[in-house]
Amino acid sequence: MKLNLKIWRQKNAKSKGEMKDYPINGIEGDMSFLEMLDVLNEELINKGEEPVQFDHDCREGICGSCSLQINGEPHGPDRLVTTCQLHMRKFNDGDTIVIEPFRATAFPVIKDLVIDRSAFDRIQQVGGYISVNTSGNTVDANATPIEKENADDSFYAATCIGCGACVAACKNASAMLFTSAKVSQFALLPQGRVEATERVQSMVRQMDLEGFGNCTNTGACEVECPKGISLENIARMNREYLSANLKG
Amino acid sequence: MGILDSKVPSGPLADKWTKHKNEINLVNPANKRNIDVIVVGTGLAGGSAAATLAELGYNVKTFCYQDSPRRAHSIAAQGGINAAKNYQGDGDSAYRLFYDTVKGGDYRSREANVYRLAEESSNIIDQCVAQGVPFAREYGGLLDNRSFGGVLVSRTFYAKGQTGQQLLLGCYAAMNRQINRGKIKPFNRHEMMDLVLVDGKARGIIARDLVTGEIERHSAHAVVLASGGYGNVFYLSTNAMGSNVMAAWRAHRRGAYFANPCFTQIHPTCIPVSGDHQSKLTLMSESLRNDGRIWVPARKEDAEDIRSGKLKPTQLKEEDRDYYLERRYPAFGNLVPRDVASRAAKERCDAGFGVNKTGEAVYLDFAAAIQRYGKEEALTHGMKDTDEKTVTKLGRDVVEAKYGNLFQMYEKIVDENPYETPMMIYPAVHYTMGGLWVDYNLQTTIDGCYCVGEANFSDHGANRLGASALMQGLADGYFVLPYTIGDYLSDDIRTGEITTDSPEFDHAETEVRERIDKLMSGSGKHSVDYYHKKLGLIMWNKCGMSRNGEELQAAIDEIAELRKDFWANVKIPGAGDAMNSELEKAGRVADFLELGELFAKDALTRNESCGGHFREEYQTKEGEALRDDENFKFVSAWEYKGEPKDAVLHKEDLKYENIELKTRSYK
Amino acid sequence: MSGLIKSSIARKVVMALSGLFLVFFLAQHFTINVTSVLAPETFNEWSHFMGYNGLVQFVLQPILIAGVIVHFVMGIVLELQNNKARAIKYKKYSGGANASWMSRNMIITGLVVLAFLGLHFYDFWIHEMDYKYISVNPENPTRYLEETVHKFEPVWRTALYVVSFVLLALHLWHGFASSFQSMGVNNKYTPAIQTFTKIYAVAIPAGFIFIALYHHFNPITQ
Repeated sequence: MKLNLKIWRQKNAKSKGEMKDYPINGIEGDMSFLEMLDVLNEELINKGEEPVQFDHDCREGICGSCSLQINGEPHGPDRLVTTCQLHMRKFNDGDTIVIEPFRATAFPVIKDLVIDRSAFDRIQQVGGYISVNTSGNTVDANATPIEKENADDSFYAATCIGCGACVAACKNASAMLFTSAKVSQFALLPQGRVEATERVQSMVRQMDLEGFGNCTNTGACEVECPKGISLENIARMNREYLSANLKG
Repeated sequence: MGILDSKVPSGPLADKWTKHKNEINLVNPANKRNIDVIVVGTGLAGGSAAATLAELGYNVKTFCYQDSPRRAHSIAAQGGINAAKNYQGDGDSAYRLFYDTVKGGDYRSREANVYRLAEESSNIIDQCVAQGVPFAREYGGLLDNRSFGGVLVSRTFYAKGQTGQQLLLGCYAAMNRQINRGKIKPFNRHEMMDLVLVDGKARGIIARDLVTGEIERHSAHAVVLASGGYGNVFYLSTNAMGSNVMAAWRAHRRGAYFANPCFTQIHPTCIPVSGDHQSKLTLMSESLRNDGRIWVPARKEDAEDIRSGKLKPTQLKEEDRDYYLERRYPAFGNLVPRDVASRAAKERCDAGFGVNKTGEAVYLDFAAAIQRYGKEEALTHGMKDTDEKTVTKLGRDVVEAKYGNLFQMYEKIVDENPYETPMMIYPAVHYTMGGLWVDYNLQTTIDGCYCVGEANFSDHGANRLGASALMQGLADGYFVLPYTIGDYLSDDIRTGEITTDSPEFDHAETEVRERIDKLMSGSGKHSVDYYHKKLGLIMWNKCGMSRNGEELQAAIDEIAELRKDFWANVKIPGAGDAMNSELEKAGRVADFLELGELFAKDALTRNESCGGHFREEYQTKEGEALRDDENFKFVSAWEYKGEPKDAVLHKEDLKYENIELKTRSYK
Repeated sequence: MSGLIKSSIARKVVMALSGLFLVFFLAQHFTINVTSVLAPETFNEWSHFMGYNGLVQFVLQPILIAGVIVHFVMGIVLELQNNKARAIKYKKYSGGANASWMSRNMIITGLVVLAFLGLHFYDFWIHEMDYKYISVNPENPTRYLEETVHKFEPVWRTALYVVSFVLLALHLWHGFASSFQSMGVNNKYTPAIQTFTKIYAVAIPAGFIFIALYHHFNPITQ
């Protein structure tokens, strides 16, 4: 496969970036998108040029490191995959592929396609936990039965990998899907109810402080989420937030 | 014994840990505030250790090369976590878990450590549930279990195929709580470049900020290494791209002994390699062996036809298939331990029965499970005379509920539907049982330098059982290290803050800078990956699933040669004082090039077959591993002396007082 | 409380509540208007009631105007904020791949509707205010139909109405159901809400368009 890549290059956080063209040959359908970039980088290194920097780690779709806006969509055109699991068989010979970093004011570019997603960490730091000590002096795990449906929903919310595709896809760069997944994960469990009021207030406050946009319910986040996190979580967070504030 | 004092407490096995906890020194809460601890790595072991240490009152600094602690590779663990809860009432107990683990590890682990692990396992589940980890539940609201390889009970707790993710997020949440309190300072996108010793004690690290390229000094009263395993020495493995041995290897160079480097786990169920471009391998959870049946064609002609595409696996009749695990190991069948399953797959493929283009794959088939579950579902729903289509659909739904995400992942990668055609799998490097030598307190041979999780060697012997890595990481981090480290730190309550303005820090920083300069000044012939791939091939071909003396010697020579070439000719574009992924990789590969040689040397020294270490010279007539307890019932702990070839072997003899040494049999 | 108003979720709820209020008003407005075609006398009667009832004039009317203002001001504030949340834009952005045109262009459809409201106010409300309170004309309970029909004589105005209502339909298509999600309603009734939204978003604006066209093609000749 022969492709024409258009890739965002930016030396560091302060410099101005630009799109650059990179024609590339010999790409096979069995390669993952990142392996395709590996091929490009190997070529660049051999030419003495700096390779394209991008975040990646586990390459099996779970760590949430990889990002990339590919042809205008986070993690590319395929559904329910991260970029590392997007395979080149989804593209055709001769295609032009535009590759940009996830864009959001709250996700500044560090270099090339690498972005700073620490805003997500800060949202979780203000309340994304249950305040139990880790000493193990707690009740037996089976002491409180939890309705399977709630446990499953909590699990589905907790499968969020924090990649930021929701923000990248949203026309408003809103982080509601991410934040709501984290809020829901705990709100659905009896252990998490204890601190539910304060949690949702703190996390939403932090989310707003980070400069993410507002949710206008376009649903783009849900479509692009590699883990299929549902919009129901956003509704749940809205509910939690309203009742938390009505409680005072 | 001399240098290697395991410090295992005296007394009966079951009382050792309690007794030890009662006897060791503690640090009072007010003094903990004056003590700093560095934790390198934020996976299950490091994250849980950091959270608990901070909760106890120590000032913790965490370091990880990822952009967030939650991305550590523990997140990729799929199948589950073992705990001797006996919720299923199938006769499980701490002793049985201990026994299974020691046996599974082919009698090369330390009894007392393993027993402690089994003892703490129940605690982990309680703890995680309290933290809000959403484990799978039954309709009654209670926790569900599944079985894993090498055991006869159902003790594995799980969250679909994402157990590691859920546990790590729990751990990360516990960290967040402490970050919010200001007790943990996270240094993300930072890599430990060296360990700093002051008066023989670990007192800090030199780290590189991966964003700015700055070299930083960080001091502490103790340093905990939780940096994971070194499977990436094989280039292709199920580890994350960034997983590396640097932290452990730097400590090794400063005096920490490296134990059993050759004990590596080759996981039997991974997606086969598809081509030269391959950058990593993807695991298909061992839990799949609960329901999947492994087979190859019984006749070579059929295998050849399948390879050339003339025949489809589904066309092969039942009697033309060889369910070789069920045939060879009727008692455990498809659920034999990983090392056994891997070798059996290799044996079939080497004999010419492999089923993909490269001939290096076997089938993992769910057709029977789908039918079995389908019939069960039909029955429980009161359906009579159900046609085959309905049964298939019902069964498919059950399989999907259990393994949906794994099947989806398989389909994305391979572009085949595993519900309709059997999966193809092949063994791949997955976990390293070897690591830094630690005593019962998890302290390395450097005072004040501790090592937890996969990075240490302690609990899994020569082979790790499935769903035990998560258990070990969390037990070490939540329940063991935070106590044992107190014993050491109790001497430090009057020490005061450790200054980074000392000759020792100066010296360590200078060395780090020189090393980076040296890497950057290579002649520029080949990329880092070029060397890494070459190293990987040597390792896989000569130190892989089966090894022999001749090839191991060749590997040692080749790796030494490759290392020389690397330092002279590696090419790293860009600058040292900026974000530079090639420089990061180069530092890691440089250490792999040393570790790889020690690995081969260790394998060459161990003239027996045990667990994941299979020496062709030492096997039974049936091709099973031949262990030599008389001469090799010890832990090899290697002392650094410059070149890996000069490393000095120290032996920690393993004593089995509570378990009878037997030939491992799963027949 | 001031913190609450600054929060993104509270603002979203304000948009939802004001929007739902306007949706409700629209239905009521349509009910009255449709009588101009079906029962002209009723139309005059109801119009006169609305124009001279104190409760309607001095309580409901200000609430309505406030609702309109809140909805629009908040919409614009949010839009500006959202714009800032992605200061550097994508070179290529495939919005259509994951979200409907309607959901992504609420600001456009909204601003068109706002512009239309300007015209609409000028046509009817300003005229009424002038008639009643500035020029102080005597009450005339039968003038409404004629005045209304008269307005639709020019092609340009009728065309503007038609276009505006098409855009209003697009606005409602996303906005109506979306306001439930904003208030936290996402459950087994959601599909029903979505279906109702679609019916409403098409039927009401189509009705208004029908009324405009009807009057345009059936002028009252004296």
